[in-house]
Amino acid sequence: MTKLKKVLQYTTMNNIITIQNLTKAYDNGFVALKDINFTITRGEIFALLGQNGAGKTTLISIICGLVRPSTGTVTVNDDDIIKDYRKTRSYIGLVPQEITLDPFLTVTQTVAYARGFYGRPRDEKLIEEVLTDLSLWDKKDNKIQELSGGMKRRVLIAKALMNEPEILFLDEPTAGVDVELRKGMWDMVTKLKNRGTTIILTTHYIEEAQEMADRIGVIADGEIKIIEEKDALMNRLGTKKIILTLTKNCDTLPPELVDFSGLSLSDDGHNLIYSYKKSEHTGITTLLTAIKGSSITFTDIQTEESSLEDIFVSLTQKHE
Amino acid sequence: MNKIGFATIYFKEMARTFRVPGQTLISPVMTTALYFVVFGSAIGSQVDFNLEVSYAQFIVPGLIMMSLITNSMSAASSGIYFPRFIGTIYEIFSAPISYTEITLGYTLAATTRALIIGALIYITALFFTPIPVEHPFIALFFAFLTAFSFSLFGFITGIWADSFEKLSLFPVIILTPLSFLGGVFYSLDMLPPFWQTLSLANPVVYMIEGLRWSFFGIAMINPLISALLISIFLMICFGLLSYIFRTGYKIKN
Repeated sequence: MTKLKKVLQYTTMNNIITIQNLTKAYDNGFVALKDINFTITRGEIFALLGQNGAGKTTLISIICGLVRPSTGTVTVNDDDIIKDYRKTRSYIGLVPQEITLDPFLTVTQTVAYARGFYGRPRDEKLIEEVLTDLSLWDKKDNKIQELSGGMKRRVLIAKALMNEPEILFLDEPTAGVDVELRKGMWDMVTKLKNRGTTIILTTHYIEEAQEMADRIGVIADGEIKIIEEKDALMNRLGTKKIILTLTKNCDTLPPELVDFSGLSLSDDGHNLIYSYKKSEHTGITTLLTAIKGSSITFTDIQTEESSLEDIFVSLTQKHE
Repeated sequence: MNKIGFATIYFKEMARTFRVPGQTLISPVMTTALYFVVFGSAIGSQVDFNLEVSYAQFIVPGLIMMSLITNSMSAASSGIYFPRFIGTIYEIFSAPISYTEITLGYTLAATTRALIIGALIYITALFFTPIPVEHPFIALFFAFLTAFSFSLFGFITGIWADSFEKLSLFPVIILTPLSFLGGVFYSLDMLPPFWQTLSLANPVVYMIEGLRWSFFGIAMINPLISALLISIFLMICFGLLSYIFRTGYKIKN
């Protein structure tokens, strides 16, 4: 086997989900997805970011078998989601966006039924383990209607884990939950990743993606705008700023500094701001030397770094 | 085949039946028992009835069949509609379980519920009058075939309905009148010729007549024709379901 073939085979094996030329047009004519192509790597946490109505949930729903694609193919572990739906669905656990639970069932009944639908026999040990991990064990005999919103969301996660999935889809898992619970969920996601579970996360909270994701995908108007390693993305598109607080306000830049691109004065003339790409040659030393030779002096110096949220906003705004 | 998946749906639905027995079992039995007391015992004893069985005995198969039809339909329609309404249906449609297994899970549970109610009505009627069953296996066949057919029909309406009002449309507007006019409380030969002919267009007539024949060996309609027409109704339901699943109508679009 040639080295190229080995590399290709490894790449294929390493892709747990492959999406090719996927489109979805609903009966009312709305096109939710337009020619989507990308892969999910085994064992990664992939965050799919997008505004409301961007197509995130439709994409997840197609992979999980809840919505039919109009055209294109999706394979999970090289099995087609339509032809080999029994196999592909058995690899997947889904935590939906809405809290959808039967209020009249107990927590134990809810998770036991979820396992049953996947063709798995009841496993008391697994139920105890998952409910304990999610701090639900003491509520195991409570009816769903007696639980708080945060607990219900954890029950949804417990259900999704009942078939011991290789891939876990979390569709807006922390929408509307408090900070403590959100952090708890992040810990749980990290734990699952360490066990080898591939996690696909959609979220409005960019902080969540920044905290956990290995790779980021941005979707807008049914199209994938960018897919990249989080760190590479932040290096490539992220900007840093140096802000100098001037001793005296300035109306214009001194002649020694006018040629520096990325350098500007704040509106009130009190700050000198230098913006630069993280991935580029910064030119900070040259700038500071030039400032030293100019007429201006400063009393303070600060630095600011753009967040993933800034990058997301800039990416989605460009396409609005 | 995902046997555990099918069994999970079936037993989950049966558990729903036994979770609220007052609503699912006792209420229909009470209602039918009251029909029996009023029409069978009180009014029936005054009816000059020209058949080999008493009026009270005569109405029992009709009451059982009416109950089988309404309960199998409502159990299956609410069985699939409720998870659609609260959103939990995603757990079924995202699981490795086929449409056939899903349909059978829901409809066989609804059929079982209806048969239990039918058996309870029969047992209740025995307290008032002896009711011989001349062809018990054929009676079971007619009962199962009808309950299963209407479970499928109920399942279809549960998928089609997008509000509780629509869900109750078929049982209230169509099924109840058809049942009452299907010969539960009267023999077809008691009607004027025009109404007799018109009654033959009512599918419920064939179901009731089929069961009545298996109880007493007497019927206005040949039981083979009854069995054939119920089977055709069953096939139409299968055809509609096949269309729904093939196109994803109201479930995957």
